[in-house]
Amino acid sequence: MFIPRPVERMEDGRFEVRLSGHERALLRGLPAALDDLLVAEPHDPSLRRLFPPAHEDAELEAEYRGLVGAELLGGHRASLLALAETVDREHVSEEELHAWLSALNDLRLVLGTRLGVTEATYEDGIDETDPQADDLALYAYLTWLQDGILEALT
Amino acid sequence: MSQTIAAPVEVEIPSGEDEIVRDKPWVVIVWNDPINLMSYVTFVFQKLFGYGKEQATRLMLEVHNDGKSVVSSGTREKAEYDVSRLHAHGLWATMRQD
Repeated sequence: MFIPRPVERMEDGRFEVRLSGHERALLRGLPAALDDLLVAEPHDPSLRRLFPPAHEDAELEAEYRGLVGAELLGGHRASLLALAETVDREHVSEEELHAWLSALNDLRLVLGTRLGVTEATYEDGIDETDPQADDLALYAYLTWLQDGILEALT
Repeated sequence: MSQTIAAPVEVEIPSGEDEIVRDKPWVVIVWNDPINLMSYVTFVFQKLFGYGKEQATRLMLEVHNDGKSVVSSGTREKAEYDVSRLHAHGLWATMRQD
């Protein structure tokens, strides 16, 4: 079966986005939900992969956090906003696609942390009776889309 | 620059140990994780450090196979800058003085 790539580079350097209305609706809602969580519950454990520690030493880590914490949060939020704002477009620029990539990666990091994803998750397939089946399917979809964007970019 | 010759004064000579600690470079380490895709990690290394596809892929495989890889080194400021850019891209990076 031929499955078209979700994103394709065009001759003028822009990228054609080939997503269904259902996919776009999904991608419109997810960034807003994650942005809400970032604002309302910045210390939620599922967000820890968005703010990994730089230092083992607690004092150095506090210094680092003070220096870059706000900018890091701002960067994550900007990518999510960029995805939400351009999700209905037929064409996006390379810069916009980079923002999609960052936003999708952030969504996968949070969802993957909640699901406890391991290397085996990718090989096991999804058991329909698993109570997490829906979220695992969503995770698999985001992974497929991110991989497709990377293929188009590189 | 002044041409006059100053009288010698006593100065405190820094101990060798302090010098070594100050000069030791900081290294930036990227750790393996099951969420970031191999293709994405390679892409980020190329984008942030300007590495060619081959070098970026080699570093990514080192992370994947060995669990971690040193991806850059330098002053504390440079290492902190690199770590923050890796964090902005969702990679699991830490830094330490080597």
